[in-house]
Amino acid sequence: MKKNISKKDININPNLNYDINLLRKLYKKMLLIRRFEEKAGQLYGMGQIGGFCHLYIGQEAVVVGIQSVQIEGDTVVTSYRDHGHMIACDMDSKGVMAELTGRIDGYSRGKGGSMHMFSREKGFFGGHGIVGAQVPIGAGLAFAHKYNSTNNISIAYFGDGAANQGQVYETYNIASLWKLPVIFVIENNEYGMGTSVKRASSGNNLAERGKGYGIKFEIVDGMDVLAVRDASERAAEHCRAGKGPFILEMKTYRYRGHSMSDPANYRTRSEVDQIKKNSDPIENLKQILLKSGVTEDELKLENNKIKETVNEAAIFAQESPEPSIDELFKDITIN
Amino acid sequence: MSVEILMPALSPSMEEGTLSKWLVKEGDQVVSGDLIAEIETDKATMEVEAVEDGKIGKLLVEEGDQAIKVNTPIAILLNENEELPNEVKQIIDEKKEKFVTSTFIVTSNDSSEKLKNITPLNYKNITVREALRDAMSEEMRLDNNVFIMGEEVAEYQGAYKVTQGLLDEFGDKRVIDTPITEHGFAGIGVGAAFANLKPIVEFMTFNFAMQAIDQIINSAAKTLYMSGGQMGCPIVFRGPNGAASRVGAQHSHCYASWYAHCPGLKVIAPWSSEDAKGLLKSAIRDPNPIIFLENEVLYGQSFDCPDDENFLIPIGKAKIEKVGSDVTIVAFSIMVGKALEAAKILKDNGIDAEVINLRTLRPLDNETILNSVKKTNRVVTCEEGFPFSGIGAEISAVISENVFDWLDAPVTRVTGKDVPMPYAANLEKLALPQVDDIVNACKKVCYKN
Repeated sequence: MKKNISKKDININPNLNYDINLLRKLYKKMLLIRRFEEKAGQLYGMGQIGGFCHLYIGQEAVVVGIQSVQIEGDTVVTSYRDHGHMIACDMDSKGVMAELTGRIDGYSRGKGGSMHMFSREKGFFGGHGIVGAQVPIGAGLAFAHKYNSTNNISIAYFGDGAANQGQVYETYNIASLWKLPVIFVIENNEYGMGTSVKRASSGNNLAERGKGYGIKFEIVDGMDVLAVRDASERAAEHCRAGKGPFILEMKTYRYRGHSMSDPANYRTRSEVDQIKKNSDPIENLKQILLKSGVTEDELKLENNKIKETVNEAAIFAQESPEPSIDELFKDITIN
Repeated sequence: MSVEILMPALSPSMEEGTLSKWLVKEGDQVVSGDLIAEIETDKATMEVEAVEDGKIGKLLVEEGDQAIKVNTPIAILLNENEELPNEVKQIIDEKKEKFVTSTFIVTSNDSSEKLKNITPLNYKNITVREALRDAMSEEMRLDNNVFIMGEEVAEYQGAYKVTQGLLDEFGDKRVIDTPITEHGFAGIGVGAAFANLKPIVEFMTFNFAMQAIDQIINSAAKTLYMSGGQMGCPIVFRGPNGAASRVGAQHSHCYASWYAHCPGLKVIAPWSSEDAKGLLKSAIRDPNPIIFLENEVLYGQSFDCPDDENFLIPIGKAKIEKVGSDVTIVAFSIMVGKALEAAKILKDNGIDAEVINLRTLRPLDNETILNSVKKTNRVVTCEEGFPFSGIGAEISAVISENVFDWLDAPVTRVTGKDVPMPYAANLEKLALPQVDDIVNACKKVCYKN
């Protein structure tokens, strides 16, 4: 358990009656995200990826748990720490990696980069570089779901840093007023860049700020993919039933710095190590899988397959050509 | 002693109004605070109270009288037992002649207009406000994905009455009042547009859109490019821009050059009812984010407008409002009217000015401007905004880059002064570009005094 989370705030489902194949799926996806991010970090170090690159390592349980309750047509929008969300949405690792390297086969034809990627086909609406700006956009997607009388929901992810942006509260107000089907997911990884939540945010839990707007919320152990899934199921059901928005505050942790260029001097090595040792979402699910009869060999095989997928993506991303010169003036407006 | 009740000014930009209903009749006793009439202004229908006690001696205007100038006597209040003095009776008829004035009608010279395959059959004299409303309601009838959101657009019927009647026709699913949270609702509009709906987002003024400029620029304008062409954002941001009248620096700013600066946006600034209707319809149909800069002072002005729901004006095309040979005046929005007035005065001075109504600021119709310069060899640009990095500065650069050798005089700018808008009436007038400024600038480039 992480140091800042008080037990009473957290909903843990002790019931482990999950379908073993579901657990396998969750595990594979989390592992794919982790290996993908490790590779991205490696390519950044090699100078193959430029600009800002924000890795999701440590937070995998959040997006994978939530994604597991999504249905066809649901939409996702998030911040610049977006690689994990794209992979969770089943976007192709190759296309994501090729965008990171700024190549023509990237999801944005090399013109968006790490922070600005999209896939309309997969319901992933970005990838937004301005802290908090994705939150009203997520409510706008929910507005469209409602306007079109669908059963779909919008999932709008943002961090503890964005949770202090005014537009988040403008959006809470409207979403609650108009009963928009949106889950606001606060990925509270304890630091907004180098500033701890304690130093940036008044009050106790960020989710409680929804109270004033009449929005239901839950505070969840975001390092436990099953707890995330359970809470998401409740939240999604609430939204699909037309009861308006729902806030999930995921208590999570990022292992790496804010971006590749962040030495993370604002926290101790032992703080990070403690969490890796005790709360790692992938390792913990692995233990459950092993106890449920899945063999070490099977998991090793899976790990190797994922490594291969990621290596292929890395090769693809380096071999894909840079965008042609005429791309410079393409897609500024639709003619 | 009888007292004249005058037509009140009920909004900063109100110059005239309609007496929609008398709530008293001749002979009624009133005390200060009693409601006496309903007056329809350029913004709303408002009730007017008596400011003194007395008896209504005479109603000087009839219900439904339009275009009654502010400060025109509308009724005579008598002391109790006082009769209407004879001399008052006599002057009533004279005054009645004066205060009901005809509305401002501009007939435009259409010679350069190339409206492909569209020949509007009938023209109707309507206000810019009505033209904007008609454009929205026609497009909303055609496409269920079009909806409008903003502050006071629905139940209040629009802060400037532009959305009057839309709630009744389309219901609250498509005509949506928002809280006063520009950043939030602009972002929600952008998200809805990403999901293929077609929002019209009304800002009560573009001054308030500053609260939302991040969503407009960073989300609406840039995402198509950043997504490799996947994420179109068919949204119209519209509302009044620039100076109204005596509303001070925070409510008078012209943002034309701010938005025109940004790739990914299209920026439109209509002048007449025809512009307003044809361009707003095109804007709603356009798949890109559009900034639609209206003008509060123009809302109540009437122009002949094609009465045809298929009437569209292409985005990116300027209109030559008046053909001339001596100097080109380039203007947009309210400055087009001032440029046409200047052209009339110039004609009396032997200068034949060509007046270009830009209509769209981005993409700018360079072709029309440059061709005109090649003909007249002299240019005066007009805008209400500040001079620094303004639309005139851009036009000047385009002219220098392309037709420098055709110029017989330096490109000259007529702009708002480089100061925050003052409140005092005399200073405000000085800060805003006037007809005389255009006349003088034109004389200067023609080397005539």
